[in-house]
Amino acid sequence: MSKKTTVKAGSKPAAKKAAKPTAKTAVKTSKKTARKDNFGGLSEDILLRMHDLMVKSRVLEERLIKIYKAGEAYFWIGGPGEEAFGVPLGMLARKGQGPEYDWFHLHYRCTPTLLALGMNMIDSIRLIMNRSTDPSTGGRNFANHYCFPQWNVAPVTSPIEVQYPIACGTAHVQKRAGKKALSIVTGGDAGTAEGDFASALILASRKGQELPVLITVQNNKFGISTPFEGQHGETNIADRAKAFNIRSRVINGNDPVETYLAIQEEMEYIRKTGKPSFIEAHVSRLYGHSSADGANKKAHLVDPVVVFENRLLDAGILTEKAIKKIWEIYEAEGIAAQEQARQEPVPTGESVWDHVFVGNENADWRKF
Amino acid sequence: MASVAQAIRMALHYGETNMGVKDIFGQDVGAPLGGVFTATQGLKTAWNSPLDERGIISMAMGIAMGGDRCVAEIQFADYIFNTIDLLKIAGNTLWCTNGQIQLPMVVMTPVGAGIFGSVYHSHSFDAWASRLPGWKIVMPSNPLDAYGLMLAAIQDPNPVLYLKSKALMRHKGDELIPGEPADEKELKAMIDKPVQNSEGWKPRWPGLEEYIVPIGKGKITRSGEHITVVTYSRMVHLCDEVADKLAQEGISVEVIDLRSIYPYDWQMIKSSIEKTGRVLFVNEDTEVTNFGEHLAYRATQELFYQLMARPRVLAGKNLPGIGLHPNLEKNSVPQVHDIELAIREVVAEVP
Ligand SMILES: Cc1ncc(C[n+]2csc(CCOP(=O)(O)OP(=O)(O)O)c2C)c(N)n1
Repeated sequence: MSKKTTVKAGSKPAAKKAAKPTAKTAVKTSKKTARKDNFGGLSEDILLRMHDLMVKSRVLEERLIKIYKAGEAYFWIGGPGEEAFGVPLGMLARKGQGPEYDWFHLHYRCTPTLLALGMNMIDSIRLIMNRSTDPSTGGRNFANHYCFPQWNVAPVTSPIEVQYPIACGTAHVQKRAGKKALSIVTGGDAGTAEGDFASALILASRKGQELPVLITVQNNKFGISTPFEGQHGETNIADRAKAFNIRSRVINGNDPVETYLAIQEEMEYIRKTGKPSFIEAHVSRLYGHSSADGANKKAHLVDPVVVFENRLLDAGILTEKAIKKIWEIYEAEGIAAQEQARQEPVPTGESVWDHVFVGNENADWRKF
Repeated sequence: MASVAQAIRMALHYGETNMGVKDIFGQDVGAPLGGVFTATQGLKTAWNSPLDERGIISMAMGIAMGGDRCVAEIQFADYIFNTIDLLKIAGNTLWCTNGQIQLPMVVMTPVGAGIFGSVYHSHSFDAWASRLPGWKIVMPSNPLDAYGLMLAAIQDPNPVLYLKSKALMRHKGDELIPGEPADEKELKAMIDKPVQNSEGWKPRWPGLEEYIVPIGKGKITRSGEHITVVTYSRMVHLCDEVADKLAQEGISVEVIDLRSIYPYDWQMIKSSIEKTGRVLFVNEDTEVTNFGEHLAYRATQELFYQLMARPRVLAGKNLPGIGLHPNLEKNSVPQVHDIELAIREVVAEVP
């Protein structure tokens, strides 16, 4: 079951049908390049699914920015630029509910991972438009503060870095369950200054009590406006893991192939040994920090979707036409989803008292 | 009779044996010490965490999220302050996820003055805790309640803060815990780790039974007609003492042991005030801003025309800390004579 889920993880590649027939003809013209770039041995199916999900994620995030800029949302924060890291992460995890499946303790740049797990575009749009139909928070929380218990996706929290030691808690439960599941945690480079980051390194690595956690940092070189050099003395954040005897590596998180292979390897190591592993991924923060700093595209940065797309094109795995089609399909899906979400209900004022406590008992002290 | 520390230990044993508790953890909670107040000695699921309060609370949240029951300890409430945003997150997780993620976890921590613990071992946390929506908060005053409230806390699907008075840890009650041997010495021999030659020691647990003190239900420890005194934890004993003394003068004091800070037993407070027309709220957290103030506010709003005197709050002085010398501590948190004076004042007030 679990193996199957691993392979099949991710939403249906909508573009596959469109891509296949034309791809064949393209292979002929670019055979040479194709041979040069063997994509780490990844199958064409995986490559196409990665590309498809990366595009889907980019289109969705750009839609979210448009929704924000049109005044239909109060705040935007998200993950354009992190597709090459987030998509393989979601594809490789063991997806399901309960301690025998992997847990996700993600931050707000995790849309690619959620889409790879199977989230529908509209559910992200419902969240940013604070509809009561938003499955994550019921219209209560910010953009990309996802929560999907059916896939062990822990609620994204606004306080930076608290997700790291919480991940050690679910990893502890998974270790006890003995099913070789692991807890995955993601976060930004600036956040590693918080004590909670150190807490997680300590909790995950105690001798004889190591925990199955995949600790990751997406290093986009910035806090909101504080550059990497303004906060860090260490050369690589991953070096900090070494002090705790945690196996660690730095990867190019803008390359989905390198990322896929690295995550796969580290996940296998964790499942085999029950010990933690650490990945620092260098990524682009393509639209700045959030709507707080304008959410405008930074043209000078590497765009992982474009780069990967060109590679697939060069290798003859995709054609211009197929690519165009994929973007169009998702663009249309995003627009339709926005239109639908617009029609959907918003939370009522009285609902503030719902879910203060389980069963909604004792919520309002005036009623004790 | 069991002490409060022994009662907690027995409740935790009951919890890990019968209620699915899988982890009892915190600084020095596991072997060899079993907690700085011995409340976790001999428990099979007890383990030592790193010296990291934020790590402890986060771990507890992760364990609860992962579907297991745990009881985490912060060694002294004085050190829980650096976890406050995590407590806030634990309290808001159910709400933020629109009811999807429950965090059934218990955090216990010793609170308050009374042991001359000076600035960093005398903090109260009840007023702070009352501002953590989503949490239930309990504060037992005796071993039987300590046992019953711990079982209630473990059973509850919400996060529960279990605030145990440092000064009451050795306090013995006058009621047996169901299953507890009547002979104190026998109990000690069964469940207290020997001070010497404790190598290989294992407790022999009595055949304990389920006994739940429902969260949110207070208890009248002295009934009276002239004034209602609402208190909890250590202060219950001081108030009872004053009530007994004043009874001899014909001043009849009703003492309510609230037992739970949130939710609190308003119906008990209300019917008592309706009877006496006078009320004093006593606790040892600092007076600005105090949980007793909320209760006094509510009493004023809902019972204004039944009151014969202004409601009063007697609490710890609004100071940066509690000094080590007894003169300092005693002039910082309510003492028996302060309570007596306050009661006399409210009773003497004529509308
Ligand atoms: C504990 C905490 N402090 C401050 C903030 C405000 N804040 C939101 S994002 C952010 C910068 C985070 O930078 P980094 O960790 O590098 O992640 P990135 O957003 O770049 O992915 C800050 C300071 C916060 N959310 N939480």
